[in-house]
Amino acid sequence: MLSGGDMLIRALKDEGVEYLFGYPGGAALHIYDAIFRQSDVKHILVRHEQAATHAADAYSRATGKVGSVLVTSGPGATNAITGIATAYMDSIPMVVISGQVMSHLIGEDAFQETDMVGISRPIVKHSFMVKHASEIPDIVKKAYYIASTGRPGPVVIDVPKDITSPLYTFPYEYPEKVKMRSYNPATRGHSGQIKKAVQLLLGAKRPMIYSGGGVVQGNASHLLKDLVDLLNYPVTNTLMGLGAYPGTGKNFLGMLGMHGTYEANTAMHHSDVILAVGARFDDRVTNAVSKFCPNAKIIHIDIDPASISKTVVADVPIVGAVDSVLSEMLSLIKESDEKPDAQALAAWWEQINDWRERHGIYTQNRFDTTGDKIKPQEVIQAIWEVTKGDAYVTSDVGQHQMFAAQYYRFDKPRRWINSGGLGTMGFGLPAAMGVQVAYRDATVVCVTGEGSIQMCIQELSCCTQYHLPVKIICLNNQALGMVRQWQDMQYSGRYAESLYEDSLPDFIKLAEAYGHVGIRVTKREELKQKLEECFALKDRVVFMDIMVDQSEHVYPMQVAQQSMRDMILSKTERT
Amino acid sequence: MRRIISVLLENAPGALSRVVGLFSQRGYNIESLTVAPTEDETLSRLTLTTVGDDHKIEQITKHLNKLIDVVKLVDLTEGSHIERELMLIKVKASGAQRAEVKRCVDIFRGQIVDVTSTLYTIQITGASDKLDAFLQAVGDAAIIEVVRTGVCGISRGEKVLSL
Repeated sequence: MLSGGDMLIRALKDEGVEYLFGYPGGAALHIYDAIFRQSDVKHILVRHEQAATHAADAYSRATGKVGSVLVTSGPGATNAITGIATAYMDSIPMVVISGQVMSHLIGEDAFQETDMVGISRPIVKHSFMVKHASEIPDIVKKAYYIASTGRPGPVVIDVPKDITSPLYTFPYEYPEKVKMRSYNPATRGHSGQIKKAVQLLLGAKRPMIYSGGGVVQGNASHLLKDLVDLLNYPVTNTLMGLGAYPGTGKNFLGMLGMHGTYEANTAMHHSDVILAVGARFDDRVTNAVSKFCPNAKIIHIDIDPASISKTVVADVPIVGAVDSVLSEMLSLIKESDEKPDAQALAAWWEQINDWRERHGIYTQNRFDTTGDKIKPQEVIQAIWEVTKGDAYVTSDVGQHQMFAAQYYRFDKPRRWINSGGLGTMGFGLPAAMGVQVAYRDATVVCVTGEGSIQMCIQELSCCTQYHLPVKIICLNNQALGMVRQWQDMQYSGRYAESLYEDSLPDFIKLAEAYGHVGIRVTKREELKQKLEECFALKDRVVFMDIMVDQSEHVYPMQVAQQSMRDMILSKTERT
Repeated sequence: MRRIISVLLENAPGALSRVVGLFSQRGYNIESLTVAPTEDETLSRLTLTTVGDDHKIEQITKHLNKLIDVVKLVDLTEGSHIERELMLIKVKASGAQRAEVKRCVDIFRGQIVDVTSTLYTIQITGASDKLDAFLQAVGDAAIIEVVRTGVCGISRGEKVLSL
């Protein structure tokens, strides 16, 4: 016999939850007391509920497990909203348990009451309101099942305080299986469609493989690599898909989309067959849909039927889990007598290599390296070298995020952790904590800017409490870089509220105030050495404040409302 | 094109708000919506009419199907079906108008369900366009109050929407 509070924590343990990221408060106190009286589920006390959701989200992105969050009612719940929306947009499995006022007070505008189920409804995969303690095991089981299967996403469980009261106990049994008549996510793709796709793919003269976050989430990276290697086709990854195919692999054309490489975007535009795997033709990828890849037949593999033909119509839609569909495709290709057209493919590669030579960012540095100022791009290149390309890299949102995506060449999946869909500033530091909690000995880097870091900087204190030695690399350009870039390009340099002037804190002293190490870099020639110093401090949080060139822009950049190949390549060149 | 989508929904708290929320969240249009429990008390049946091209309707049905509380759905307008809507309407009925309104009700096979010295309250059932036609026939000047249930519908023949 267990109380509701004890049941909840016991159910988390039985579900295999190791870490709970959260913040206590009135309505959640019975649950917190249950946490206190056990040691299986470990709680990480953040400094703001938004950080709890980001940390749990990143824990999930890095491990593939479901992230778990516990917050109180009212402001605790609303503070979690940004992180829930972030996870929802990137299809990250997460369960958020929120305390709620007592059942009899619901609807009476009670202290710290907010309609969490209502307020989170558009940004969750599903939500539950617990009506009776005896429902807890079943609801927890369902929540984890829903969050982690099909197209993953966040699930909210709202628990009124009286439900968790220690005064009432009930029999507890954790269900082994879950069965829901209204929820049966697709797993295998339609074999007829898969056959069609293979035929189309083998007949391609200018093929492109465009893979997204679904390949990372669906643990299908090895299959993607097998497919690419077997066919020797070019491959590009979305922002969410980086690492799904090795960033240094010879068939990799880099990221595509708004800040994608010249070769990836141009090759997409000219391709005749596109295999889209676990990607959703996001507006930051396609540019104007009406001008998108005019000659391409499109094969689209996605676990979510609603993603297929949402923006770009698929010629061969395949609904299914990417791992199962890719395995089936691989075996069909191996069995097939048909082989790709070697001559056409050779010509295609020749063309692509020419594009690489002309404007590719991996064949030559396309940014100016002659001045005194440190370029943000070279900072990322240096981090990549110093960490031997093997770190977990989280980022915030803005120019630094795009530079990290372009220049840190991820060879493994689940190493690049960023808010792609929602674009949440403040994500980076708590995300780094979540990854470090999962992998205590790993090198975890948070690439950030002086703007983003201030949105969750309070978590430096959480890093102290749990000894999470993350490395914060702040590309400090004293401005909201991406906003400033757009203002340069579209608003004749009118920097409306994008400059910090003299208001920035001394980040070194700030880091030291939290008990961490701060290192400032102002000179180019010191960059590498200071980074080495930073990463040598294995068990310390290091805040590196790197003063970078404020005037630098992220290129390539697609010209808005045009096709994929229409790009601005530098301040003076465009396609 | 106007579509009638019929949905079997878990009869659970919040289920309806998820459906309605989906429409506002994604900018879809709801023209009418009816919902009530079915003979199986764990299920509600919801019928909604919406307008959109094939692409939009496909997205609507896909997103509805993604909702965990949606058990099954069918676009009734894809096949032959029966649709009905019920309307209660109060109209002015005095003097010569009284007989005229009565004749009109008979033509549309409606029923006068309540009477005062100056008013008729009429009940009329049928497809939505029949109700529209009745309103037109009576004329704006005579209409005092109108309440419509929204469309409910069912497939013709062997085709059924059930578990």
